[in-house]
Amino acid sequence: MPEPNATTETPDPVAASDSLSDPDFIDGLRSQMLRFARLQLRDDHLAEDAVQEALVGALKNAGSFARKSALRTWVFSILKHKIADSLRYRQRVIASSELGDGELQDQVFMDALFKTNGHWHRAERPSHWTGPQGRVQSDHFWRVFDACLNGLPERQAQVFMMREFLELGSDEICRQLALSTANLHVILYRARLRLRECLENSWFNSPATDVQK
Amino acid sequence: MNCKQATSLLSQRQERPLTQVERLSLRFHLMMCSGCRNFSRQMESLRAMSRGYAKGGASTTHAEREQRDKP
Repeated sequence: MPEPNATTETPDPVAASDSLSDPDFIDGLRSQMLRFARLQLRDDHLAEDAVQEALVGALKNAGSFARKSALRTWVFSILKHKIADSLRYRQRVIASSELGDGELQDQVFMDALFKTNGHWHRAERPSHWTGPQGRVQSDHFWRVFDACLNGLPERQAQVFMMREFLELGSDEICRQLALSTANLHVILYRARLRLRECLENSWFNSPATDVQK
Repeated sequence: MNCKQATSLLSQRQERPLTQVERLSLRFHLMMCSGCRNFSRQMESLRAMSRGYAKGGASTTHAEREQRDKP
Protein backbone atom coordinates (compact mmCIF):
# COMPACT_ATOMS: atom_id res chain seq x y z
CA MET A 1 0.00 0.00 0.00
CA PRO A 2 1.46 3.37 -0.94
CA GLU A 3 2.17 5.78 1.88
CA PRO A 4 0.03 8.89 1.93
CA ASN A 5 3.08 11.05 1.57
CA ALA A 6 5.09 8.83 -0.70
CA THR A 7 7.44 10.95 -2.71
CA THR A 8 9.37 8.22 -4.45
CA GLU A 9 7.15 8.36 -7.50
CA THR A 10 6.51 11.52 -9.39
CA PRO A 11 2.78 12.18 -9.25
CA ASP A 12 1.03 12.26 -12.55
CA PRO A 13 -1.08 15.41 -12.27
CA VAL A 14 -3.01 14.72 -15.45
CA ALA A 15 -4.13 11.21 -14.44
CA ALA A 16 -4.89 12.24 -10.87
CA SER A 17 -7.02 15.19 -11.85
CA ASP A 18 -8.74 12.87 -14.31
CA SER A 19 -9.86 10.53 -11.53
CA LEU A 20 -10.85 13.36 -9.24
CA SER A 21 -12.77 15.36 -11.76
CA ASP A 22 -14.68 12.29 -12.86
CA PRO A 23 -17.91 12.68 -10.87
CA ASP A 24 -19.08 9.17 -11.76
CA PHE A 25 -15.98 7.68 -10.26
CA ILE A 26 -16.17 9.70 -7.05
CA ASP A 27 -19.91 9.06 -6.69
CA GLY A 28 -19.48 5.35 -7.22
CA LEU A 29 -16.60 5.19 -4.80
CA ARG A 30 -18.46 7.18 -2.18
CA SER A 31 -21.62 5.10 -2.33
CA GLN A 32 -19.61 1.89 -2.12
CA MET A 33 -17.76 3.22 0.91
CA LEU A 34 -21.02 4.25 2.55
CA ARG A 35 -22.55 0.85 2.03
CA PHE A 36 -19.51 -0.75 3.60
CA ALA A 37 -19.41 1.65 6.54
CA ARG A 38 -23.15 1.40 7.23
CA LEU A 39 -23.05 -2.36 7.31
CA GLN A 40 -20.15 -2.26 9.65
CA LEU A 41 -21.24 0.53 11.98
CA ARG A 42 -25.05 0.19 11.74
CA ASP A 43 -25.36 3.92 12.17
CA ASP A 44 -25.90 6.35 9.32
CA HIS A 45 -24.25 9.33 11.00
CA LEU A 46 -21.15 7.46 12.10
CA ALA A 47 -20.90 5.92 8.65
CA GLU A 48 -21.16 9.31 6.92
CA ASP A 49 -18.47 10.67 9.24
CA ALA A 50 -16.08 7.82 8.60
CA VAL A 51 -16.53 8.01 4.83
CA GLN A 52 -16.18 11.78 4.83
CA GLU A 53 -12.96 11.68 6.81
CA ALA A 54 -11.50 8.87 4.72
CA LEU A 55 -12.34 10.60 1.45
CA VAL A 56 -10.97 13.97 2.51
CA GLY A 57 -7.79 12.36 3.79
CA ALA A 58 -7.36 10.38 0.59
CA LEU A 59 -8.15 13.14 -1.85
CA LYS A 60 -5.60 15.43 -0.23
CA ASN A 61 -2.92 13.01 -1.31
CA ALA A 62 -4.58 11.67 -4.39
CA GLY A 63 -1.99 13.25 -6.62
CA SER A 64 0.25 10.22 -6.14
CA PHE A 65 -2.27 7.83 -7.66
CA ALA A 66 -2.20 7.47 -11.38
CA ARG A 67 -4.67 4.60 -11.49
CA LYS A 68 -8.21 4.61 -10.16
CA SER A 69 -7.92 1.08 -8.81
CA ALA A 70 -4.87 2.03 -6.73
CA LEU A 71 -6.71 5.06 -5.42
CA ARG A 72 -9.76 2.96 -4.53
CA THR A 73 -7.74 0.33 -2.66
CA TRP A 74 -5.99 3.03 -0.74
CA VAL A 75 -9.16 4.93 0.17
CA PHE A 76 -10.69 1.70 1.44
CA SER A 77 -7.72 0.95 3.62
CA ILE A 78 -8.11 4.39 5.21
CA LEU A 79 -11.82 3.78 5.66
CA LYS A 80 -11.17 0.45 7.40
CA HIS A 81 -8.99 2.25 9.93
CA LYS A 82 -11.64 4.91 10.52
CA ILE A 83 -14.26 2.21 11.07
CA ALA A 84 -12.02 0.30 13.44
CA ASP A 85 -11.47 3.51 15.43
CA SER A 86 -15.17 4.21 15.51
CA LEU A 87 -15.96 0.65 16.63
CA ARG A 88 -13.34 0.84 19.34
CA TYR A 89 -14.84 4.09 20.57
CA ARG A 90 -18.36 2.74 20.55
CA GLN A 91 -17.27 -0.41 22.32
CA ARG A 92 -16.18 1.70 25.25
CA VAL A 93 -19.58 3.36 25.33
CA ILE A 94 -21.86 0.39 24.82
CA ALA A 95 -21.49 -2.65 27.06
CA SER A 96 -20.84 -5.87 25.22
CA SER A 97 -23.92 -8.07 25.02
CA GLU A 98 -22.09 -11.41 24.68
CA LEU A 99 -24.14 -13.73 22.52
CA GLY A 100 -27.03 -11.33 22.73
CA ASP A 101 -30.75 -11.82 22.63
CA GLY A 102 -30.67 -13.63 19.32
CA GLU A 103 -30.03 -16.91 21.10
CA LEU A 104 -33.54 -18.24 20.59
CA GLN A 105 -33.61 -17.07 16.99
CA ASP A 106 -30.31 -18.88 16.40
CA GLN A 107 -31.67 -22.04 17.98
CA VAL A 108 -34.64 -22.00 15.63
CA PHE A 109 -32.32 -21.47 12.67
CA MET A 110 -30.03 -24.34 13.69
CA ASP A 111 -33.00 -26.66 14.20
CA ALA A 112 -34.16 -25.86 10.70
CA LEU A 113 -30.77 -26.94 9.32
CA PHE A 114 -29.94 -29.97 11.44
CA LYS A 115 -32.00 -32.90 12.65
CA THR A 116 -31.88 -33.79 16.34
CA ASN A 117 -29.09 -36.29 15.62
CA GLY A 118 -27.00 -33.40 14.27
CA HIS A 119 -27.12 -34.44 10.61
CA TRP A 120 -28.42 -32.21 7.83
CA HIS A 121 -32.09 -32.17 7.05
CA ARG A 122 -32.18 -33.55 3.53
CA ALA A 123 -33.36 -30.31 1.93
CA GLU A 124 -30.74 -28.25 3.75
CA ARG A 125 -27.70 -30.30 2.78
CA PRO A 126 -25.19 -27.94 1.11
CA SER A 127 -25.06 -28.37 -2.63
CA HIS A 128 -22.12 -28.02 -4.94
CA TRP A 129 -21.61 -24.37 -5.91
CA THR A 130 -20.78 -24.51 -9.55
CA GLY A 131 -18.25 -22.07 -10.91
CA PRO A 132 -18.53 -19.39 -8.22
CA GLN A 133 -15.21 -17.91 -9.33
CA GLY A 134 -16.50 -17.13 -12.78
CA ARG A 135 -19.89 -15.91 -11.75
CA VAL A 136 -19.46 -13.88 -8.61
CA GLN A 137 -18.02 -10.82 -10.29
CA SER A 138 -21.28 -9.33 -11.49
CA ASP A 139 -23.07 -6.43 -9.82
CA HIS A 140 -26.05 -8.64 -9.29
CA PHE A 141 -24.02 -11.05 -7.20
CA TRP A 142 -22.66 -8.28 -5.00
CA ARG A 143 -26.18 -7.00 -4.40
CA VAL A 144 -27.20 -10.48 -3.24
CA PHE A 145 -24.10 -10.66 -1.05
CA ASP A 146 -25.00 -7.27 0.43
CA ALA A 147 -28.53 -8.38 1.18
CA CYS A 148 -27.29 -11.57 2.85
CA LEU A 149 -24.90 -9.58 5.05
CA ASN A 150 -27.70 -7.22 5.98
CA GLY A 151 -29.80 -10.19 6.99
CA LEU A 152 -27.33 -11.30 9.66
CA PRO A 153 -28.11 -10.51 13.29
CA GLU A 154 -26.17 -7.37 14.24
CA ARG A 155 -23.61 -9.03 16.47
CA GLN A 156 -22.83 -11.73 13.93
CA ALA A 157 -22.43 -9.19 11.14
CA GLN A 158 -20.13 -7.06 13.26
CA VAL A 159 -17.86 -9.95 14.23
CA PHE A 160 -17.88 -11.50 10.76
CA MET A 161 -16.88 -8.22 9.13
CA MET A 162 -14.17 -7.51 11.67
CA ARG A 163 -12.76 -10.94 10.91
CA GLU A 164 -13.20 -11.16 7.14
CA PHE A 165 -13.31 -7.54 5.95
CA LEU A 166 -10.96 -5.84 8.37
CA GLU A 167 -9.01 -9.09 8.66
CA LEU A 168 -8.46 -8.63 12.38
CA GLY A 169 -7.04 -11.61 14.28
CA SER A 170 -9.15 -13.59 16.75
CA ASP A 171 -7.27 -12.18 19.73
CA GLU A 172 -7.80 -8.61 18.60
CA ILE A 173 -11.54 -9.14 18.10
CA CYS A 174 -11.93 -10.88 21.47
CA ARG A 175 -10.12 -8.01 23.15
CA GLN A 176 -12.10 -5.28 21.41
CA LEU A 177 -15.47 -6.89 22.05
CA ALA A 178 -14.61 -8.55 25.37
CA LEU A 179 -15.53 -11.98 24.01
CA SER A 180 -14.13 -15.37 24.96
CA THR A 181 -12.49 -17.35 22.17
CA ALA A 182 -15.26 -19.94 22.42
CA ASN A 183 -17.91 -17.24 21.98
CA LEU A 184 -16.05 -15.83 19.02
CA HIS A 185 -16.01 -19.25 17.36
CA VAL A 186 -19.73 -19.74 17.97
CA ILE A 187 -20.59 -16.30 16.56
CA LEU A 188 -18.45 -16.80 13.45
CA TYR A 189 -19.86 -20.29 12.93
CA ARG A 190 -23.44 -19.03 13.06
CA ALA A 191 -22.67 -16.09 10.79
CA ARG A 192 -21.09 -18.41 8.23
CA LEU A 193 -23.99 -20.86 8.42
CA ARG A 194 -26.42 -18.04 7.73
CA LEU A 195 -24.41 -16.43 4.97
CA ARG A 196 -23.83 -19.77 3.30
CA GLU A 197 -27.50 -20.60 3.47
CA CYS A 198 -28.50 -17.20 2.12
CA LEU A 199 -26.02 -17.27 -0.78
CA GLU A 200 -27.00 -20.78 -1.72
CA ASN A 201 -30.72 -19.97 -1.75
CA SER A 202 -30.49 -16.52 -3.29
CA TRP A 203 -27.72 -17.05 -5.78
CA PHE A 204 -26.20 -20.45 -6.36
CA ASN A 205 -29.45 -22.41 -6.41
CA SER A 206 -31.54 -19.61 -7.75
CA PRO A 207 -32.92 -20.17 -11.27
CA ALA A 208 -32.43 -16.49 -12.06
CA THR A 209 -28.65 -16.82 -12.02
CA ASP A 210 -28.63 -18.49 -15.41
CA VAL A 211 -29.64 -15.35 -17.19
CA GLN A 212 -26.99 -13.31 -15.38
CA LYS A 213 -23.57 -13.34 -16.88
CA MET B 1 -19.06 -36.97 14.58
CA ASN B 2 -22.27 -35.55 13.08
CA CYS B 3 -22.73 -32.77 10.51
CA LYS B 4 -23.30 -30.09 13.13
CA GLN B 5 -19.98 -30.87 14.79
CA ALA B 6 -18.21 -31.22 11.46
CA THR B 7 -19.42 -27.85 10.15
CA SER B 8 -18.51 -26.17 13.44
CA LEU B 9 -14.97 -27.54 13.10
CA LEU B 10 -14.83 -26.45 9.46
CA SER B 11 -15.61 -22.93 10.60
CA GLN B 12 -13.11 -23.06 13.47
CA ARG B 13 -10.46 -24.34 11.09
CA GLN B 14 -10.38 -20.79 9.70
CA GLU B 15 -9.52 -19.42 13.14
CA ARG B 16 -7.18 -21.96 14.70
CA PRO B 17 -5.22 -25.10 13.83
CA LEU B 18 -7.28 -28.20 14.61
CA THR B 19 -5.89 -30.89 16.91
CA GLN B 20 -4.84 -34.19 15.39
CA VAL B 21 -7.90 -35.97 16.76
CA GLU B 22 -10.17 -33.27 15.34
CA ARG B 23 -8.45 -33.48 11.96
CA LEU B 24 -8.79 -37.24 11.78
CA SER B 25 -12.43 -37.42 12.79
CA LEU B 26 -13.22 -34.56 10.45
CA ARG B 27 -11.48 -36.29 7.56
CA PHE B 28 -13.40 -39.48 8.26
CA HIS B 29 -16.69 -37.62 8.35
CA LEU B 30 -15.97 -35.75 5.11
CA MET B 31 -15.22 -39.02 3.32
CA MET B 32 -18.78 -40.10 3.99
CA CYS B 33 -20.67 -36.85 3.74
CA SER B 34 -20.94 -34.92 0.48
CA GLY B 35 -22.98 -32.14 2.11
CA CYS B 36 -20.17 -31.34 4.52
CA ARG B 37 -17.58 -31.66 1.74
CA ASN B 38 -19.49 -28.95 -0.13
CA PHE B 39 -19.72 -26.93 3.05
CA SER B 40 -15.97 -27.22 3.47
CA ARG B 41 -15.29 -25.79 0.01
CA GLN B 42 -17.88 -23.08 0.57
CA MET B 43 -16.12 -21.85 3.71
CA GLU B 44 -13.12 -21.04 1.56
CA SER B 45 -15.25 -19.42 -1.13
CA LEU B 46 -16.97 -17.34 1.52
CA ARG B 47 -13.67 -16.02 2.79
CA ALA B 48 -12.46 -15.23 -0.72
CA MET B 49 -15.73 -13.47 -1.58
CA SER B 50 -15.66 -11.41 1.61
CA ARG B 51 -12.16 -10.23 0.94
CA GLY B 52 -13.04 -9.44 -2.65
CA TYR B 53 -16.02 -7.45 -1.43
CA ALA B 54 -13.99 -5.57 1.16
CA LYS B 55 -11.37 -4.68 -1.41
CA GLY B 56 -14.01 -2.93 -3.46
CA GLY B 57 -15.13 -5.86 -5.61
CA ALA B 58 -18.58 -4.39 -5.81
CA SER B 59 -17.40 -0.89 -6.49
CA THR B 60 -16.48 -1.08 -10.15
CA THR B 61 -18.35 1.86 -11.56
CA HIS B 62 -20.75 1.50 -14.40
CA ALA B 63 -18.54 3.59 -16.68
CA GLU B 64 -15.46 1.50 -15.96
CA ARG B 65 -17.35 -1.69 -16.61
CA GLU B 66 -18.64 -0.45 -19.94
CA GLN B 67 -15.12 0.49 -20.86
CA ARG B 68 -13.83 -2.96 -19.93
CA ASP B 69 -16.64 -4.85 -21.62
CA LYS B 70 -16.16 -3.14 -24.95
CA PRO B 71 -15.29 -5.70 -27.61
